[in-house]
Amino acid sequence: MIKTKIDKEFIVKIILTTFAFSSLLFLFLIFSFILFEGLPLFLKVGLKKIIFGFKWAPTKGSFGIFPMIISSFFVTFGALIIGAPLGLSCAIYLSEYSGKKMKMFLKPALELLAGIPSVVYGFLGVIYIVPIIRNNFGGAGFSLLATSIILGVMILPTIISISFDAIMSVPKTYREGSFAMGATKWQTIYKVVVPSARSGILASFILGMGRAIGETMAVIMVAGNALKIPTSILDPLRTLTGNIALELAYATGDHRMGLFSTGVVLLVIIMILNYIANFGIKRRVIK
Amino acid sequence: MDIKIQVENLKIFFDKNEVLKGVSIDVYRNRITGFMGPAGSGKSTLISAFNRMIDFEEDVKIEGKIYIDGVDIINGDIDGVSLRRQIGTVFAVPIPLPRSVFDNIAYGPRLKGITDKTELNELVRDSLKKAFLWDEMKDRLSMSALKLSGGQQQRLCLARSLALKPEIILLDEPCSGLDPISTAKIEDALNELKKEFTIILVSNNTKQIARISDYSAFFYMGELIEYGPTERVFTFPSQKQTEDYISGKFG
Repeated sequence: MIKTKIDKEFIVKIILTTFAFSSLLFLFLIFSFILFEGLPLFLKVGLKKIIFGFKWAPTKGSFGIFPMIISSFFVTFGALIIGAPLGLSCAIYLSEYSGKKMKMFLKPALELLAGIPSVVYGFLGVIYIVPIIRNNFGGAGFSLLATSIILGVMILPTIISISFDAIMSVPKTYREGSFAMGATKWQTIYKVVVPSARSGILASFILGMGRAIGETMAVIMVAGNALKIPTSILDPLRTLTGNIALELAYATGDHRMGLFSTGVVLLVIIMILNYIANFGIKRRVIK
Repeated sequence: MDIKIQVENLKIFFDKNEVLKGVSIDVYRNRITGFMGPAGSGKSTLISAFNRMIDFEEDVKIEGKIYIDGVDIINGDIDGVSLRRQIGTVFAVPIPLPRSVFDNIAYGPRLKGITDKTELNELVRDSLKKAFLWDEMKDRLSMSALKLSGGQQQRLCLARSLALKPEIILLDEPCSGLDPISTAKIEDALNELKKEFTIILVSNNTKQIARISDYSAFFYMGELIEYGPTERVFTFPSQKQTEDYISGKFG
């Protein structure tokens, strides 16, 4: 009798393990699919000509995506410049200043921000931000600036929730110790709380960057999608993700493979960012 | 004898819960005053009113008066931050900041705006000496404070509060997590320190109170049951509850 009971447990364990690893399988499939489709072009044209090539004319045999790599990094850092201070202040306010009731209202509201579809962000960008930039600063309005603002708002939930968790996990006793020595609230925050939560806060920035660099829909709508390296924040640009989404519908042959190569580069960048972020988070958890 | 802290009919409510029910007590200068009583007796709450750490709790209401050197710190025009720069506090669990030994002690003085290197060095050395920690720490000032033993950490916390040059030191069950040897070192330090400071020691350990305090107060359920010279309280307690508590019948 006892034996059958153990067997049932064992079966449950096997099933759960299988399901758990199936997500890993999906990751593996996506990975191999993109590599399988994109790598041949790297072998054919050459890594250097793709990554450092300036000209993207896939139907004429030029597959340079350097301007897009640079553009992707520009919008990502632009998003960080806008999102990081906003997000960190919000996390600090939530954890240190807001009362229980305010927290109960603000946290769900911020989580809702993460649930808004990206096309809606893009829509808002086209209707409001682009015209405001066009009318006040000149240019077409579809620009690095507009994209950074939209992405900056979109990465807020990521930055806020992860840095909030990091700040909340700083022991209450650290704060008390600091207060007891006559520190003001603000002195305690910037001398004790934020430094103690540093690795988690950095991880939140990096995950936010990962989200910004991978965002597609909203970016296409406000970036202008011009194929060049932007020289001012009012210039239009095209990101790696935008390139794939814009052209995949009609691309064939080498052109199609070129888009997958863009995907490979994107994948590598995001993996590196995630690896760095995980490293930061893990160190904090182990401590 | 000088009165350092004078409490008049102090009532403290958490939400609607009356945790202190009208306590009046005089704490004398340059003496160790022991606050004892079972958990929930209100002794720690009273301490947190002295340094206004109680302000960080939510839904607190305070009635009554606390005078320190004649200044009303509850209703008067004084803010918690400047008050805490004149009162040192040591908690039950030693809580060094995740920094070096030196930086932990220099933290308070630096907040006050002291940046002069020699002045800070002197403060750190003096504070460590007074907390009986200098000999152990003099070669390890740059070590992380988190690597010290529990007893050393607690003496570090004591040193840290001394660096503020306070007049009052509040200790909230400072030895509850320490072994007898570490406890003895803290007690030795306190016996020296009372020459300079007014010390309030909160403890569950009646033997410790009997050993080192000059005056003893017994709290129970938010009320001050008995207060007087330690010798008198422990040999001829005037209240039945005090006698039961110090003889170990409850607590």
